[in-house]
Parts: sequence; C-alpha cells; structure tokens
Amino acid sequence: MDGFFAPLKPVGPGLRLALGIACFALFFLGWGIATYGGFVRPLFLASPGETLASGWALFVEYGFARDVLITVGRVVGGFLLAAVLAVPLGILMGAFKPVDAFFQGFMSFARYLPASAFIPLLILWAGVGELQKVLVIFIGSVFQLVIMVGVIVGSVRMDLLEAAYTLGASRRGVVLRVLLPAAAPQIFEALRLVLGWAWTYVIVAELVGASRGIGHMIIEAQRFLDTGQMIFGIFIIGLIGLITDFLFQAGNARLFPWTRGR
Amino acid sequence: MSKLSIRGVSKQFPARRGAAPTRALEPTSLEVADNDFITVLGPSGCGKSTMLRIVAGLETPTEGTVLLDGQPVTRPGPDRGMVFQSYTLFPWLNVRDNVCFGLRERGVPRAEQLAVADRFLAQVGLKGFENHMPSQLSGGMQQRTALARALANDPKILLLDEPFGALDHQTREVMQELLLGVWEQHRKTVLFVTHDIDEAIFMASRVVVMSARPGRIKCDIAIDLPHPRSYRIKTTAAFAAYKERLTEEIRVETLKTLGMEG
Repeated sequence: MDGFFAPLKPVGPGLRLALGIACFALFFLGWGIATYGGFVRPLFLASPGETLASGWALFVEYGFARDVLITVGRVVGGFLLAAVLAVPLGILMGAFKPVDAFFQGFMSFARYLPASAFIPLLILWAGVGELQKVLVIFIGSVFQLVIMVGVIVGSVRMDLLEAAYTLGASRRGVVLRVLLPAAAPQIFEALRLVLGWAWTYVIVAELVGASRGIGHMIIEAQRFLDTGQMIFGIFIIGLIGLITDFLFQAGNARLFPWTRGR
Repeated sequence: MSKLSIRGVSKQFPARRGAAPTRALEPTSLEVADNDFITVLGPSGCGKSTMLRIVAGLETPTEGTVLLDGQPVTRPGPDRGMVFQSYTLFPWLNVRDNVCFGLRERGVPRAEQLAVADRFLAQVGLKGFENHMPSQLSGGMQQRTALARALANDPKILLLDEPFGALDHQTREVMQELLLGVWEQHRKTVLFVTHDIDEAIFMASRVVVMSARPGRIKCDIAIDLPHPRSYRIKTTAAFAAYKERLTEEIRVETLKTLGMEG
C-alpha cells in the first residue's frame, strides 16, 4: 500500500474504473438502507425500486420520452445559439485588445445577471413558447462563454505568434493558422463546461410556464407528492450529462489528437 | 556593402508602476558582411537578445535603424529566419507541416513545399520523422526541426537566439557541429546569440562581446580557425587562446552584473 496515496501518483485504468463504480454502488447502497430500512418516510424519499418503477411508468404510460426530447432540444438550441455568437466574439476579444477593452467590462457585468431572474421578462417578451426557454439558456450561457473563450485565446503562447511572424505569416495568417488551432482544444473544453450549466437553466425555465419537458414533469410530480418520479427526472438529466460528457471527450480526442499526453 | 547594418540602435523599455524606464541596449552599431557567422556573446540580461529581436522586427528600436541589404527593417519577415530558445514548433502540425508553414503562408504550391521540406529535414538528420508530432520529439530534434523550418524560407540571414540553451551539454555540442555543417554548405549569414564561450568560438567567424546591462558592444574578435571545423578543434592551442581572452572579457561583465566589481 506504500504510495497508494502519494500526491499526483497516477492510478491504473482497471482500478480507476473499479473505484468509479464503487462510488455509484455506495451511493445506491446508502439510498437503499435509508429507504428500505425505514429510516426515511416514502413521502419524502422514494426507494430505488419505486423510483425505477416510476420511471418505467413515465416512459410507458405518460410518454416521457417526448418530454426528454423536448428538453434536449431546448438545451441544444439555446447552447448552439450562444456558441455561434460567443465563440467568434470571444476569439475577437482574445486576439484584439481594443475589442477586449470595449466588451470586457460589459461582459463581466452581464455574466452576473442571473438567467432565472430574466424569466418573467422573457415571458413578457417572448411568451411561454419555445423561444422563451431557448432565450433563458442563451442568456445563462453566452456571457460566460464569451469571457472563457476570450481568456483562452488571449493566453496562447506569444512565442508561437512570433515564430509565425518570422516565417512570413500575415496578421490574418497568425489569427487563422496559429491562434485558432492553438486555442481550439480548450475552446472545445469550455463548450463542454457551459453545456453542463445550460442544463441547470433549462430546468429552471421549465419549472415556470411550461407544458412539457423534464422540468415540467418534476413540478407535476410534486403536486402528487410522487418523489419517485421527481428523483427519476433528476437522474435522467444526470445520465444525459454523463453521455454528452463522454461524447465531448471522444470528440476532443478525435479532433485534437496532438493534445494527448500533454 | 554590408549584408546587415545595425546603426545606432538602442532600446529603452517604458517605465512601469513608478519604476524608472529600463535601458536594455545602449546605442549599438554593427556591420555584418555577407556569409559572416557572427556570435554575440554576453552575460545574461545584457540586451543581446533584445538586439536580435530588433533585427528580427519583433521589437522596435528606441533610436537607430537596422538595414538588411540596404532596406530598413520595420517588421518581422521571412527574409530573416529565426530560431528561438523556447520550443516554438506548432504542436498541432507534424514535423513536415511545421517546416512547410512559412512556404504555405507565402503561397508556394504544395508539391514544392513538400520537396523543400524533405530536403531540409534530411539535412538536419530528421529523415523518417516527417510524420511525427512535436510532442514525440526530443528537445534537440525539435530545435533541428525549427532550424529546418527557418531555412526552408531561404532567408537572407539566420537569427538564432540561444537555440541550444535548453539542451544538455552533449546534445548541444552535436547541434553546434550540425549547424556549422549547414553553414559551411549554404554560407548563410548568421547572427547567433549565446552566453556559452565555447559555442561562440567554435562556430563563429567573428565573436562580438557585449557589456553588462545596459548592453553595448565591448569588443569584436575575428576567429581565425580553419574550416571545416570538427569538435576536435576545441582542444587545440589556438582555440584555448581565444577562450582565455574571451573568458577574461566576459568575467568582468558578469561580475558587474552581480554587483561584485572592484
């Protein structure tokens, strides 16, 4: 066991997987003991079995798959809208200091505006339809993403730019063929993080003025004190998050193989 | 007419936070003839790198001008190839594409790019490593690739800023021989900055010694050793005589830098 807890010492892939699964197992064990052991009343917390049964019923009887798809659609829509605007603007801010000076103050202010506080206003402006949900996610993501991309592009190694200039690159060449490829893997990583946050905004948006979606289902379940359904809805979000994370990681390894082992 | 003409060039970095402005380089003049291999020797912080960066166009001089073939230098360009002390290969490009970078920026057809790249890679002994990524290479191999990348542009002058500074002693000696071999073949004009006395004598046709900060040229010594030179020349009496003289010159300056004079 000597060195098992040595700081920063890497752990083998098999042990890594086993430890990761053990944490999930412990979680479900604790949950099971609390509920099946009668320590917590079913009114407050459904057991793992009941939760699974509720989930089954949700999909088979209440068409929950459609709610899931609608919510995923809203998240992807708002996130893509934010990315399309924030990535180019962040690149411009990172690359050109006057652009940064112009936007930096406002963006730092805007990113502290809580997206959920916009919901009443957005309902006034855009009604209770899809656009309003997408805009909540957009507002929650866009300012964060602009700032992150700006910092990433701004911290590309100066000596790489200088090397490119001495090789005859124009300013345009330096932006397109040095700054962008150098920053791309981290921009991709920032997108992954922000997509995670977008999931919290969509549920908040669906708790108010929605007729479909995972968040709406959770609010409905609360009315009937169905903790099984509520917990299942929350788990589904976690599961989708796990899958998108995996996809992003696979995409990163495929798109930017040169970052491996660094 | 001189190939490169440095005329009364000085550099003062502006004051920061109340501190006095830093004078990095006293007005300095240096004439470099075509095919010269000049090493600039000086203690650390003496402004020798600043002078090289001004020639590269990466810094603007406070006073004075730099002329290359009679044309004033205003910005970096492919006519002045540069190899940096830090590893500046583009990590997302393989060895071959790194060497092609400058040619590509200048719109050279792809087939010609590849032919030139392979020729120079063979010359620095990297045949068979064309498809390796920079992260797979040792420090010495990375700097050889950087040298091939600078040479591929067919520059009028080669600027080297302590390119072997981060390498171990043995690798460094082999690299010196390799660079000297390339120079003996192409007779490019070279300006090579270093603080290593052996390195300065071994490769140079002239050694320029700089004083402690603020730097100025203290003496200019022609190295009259026969070509081609092999590593064995380092143990000859003539080499030792140059070394003795330069050691004295540099030691005085180093003591000044350390505040230990008198």
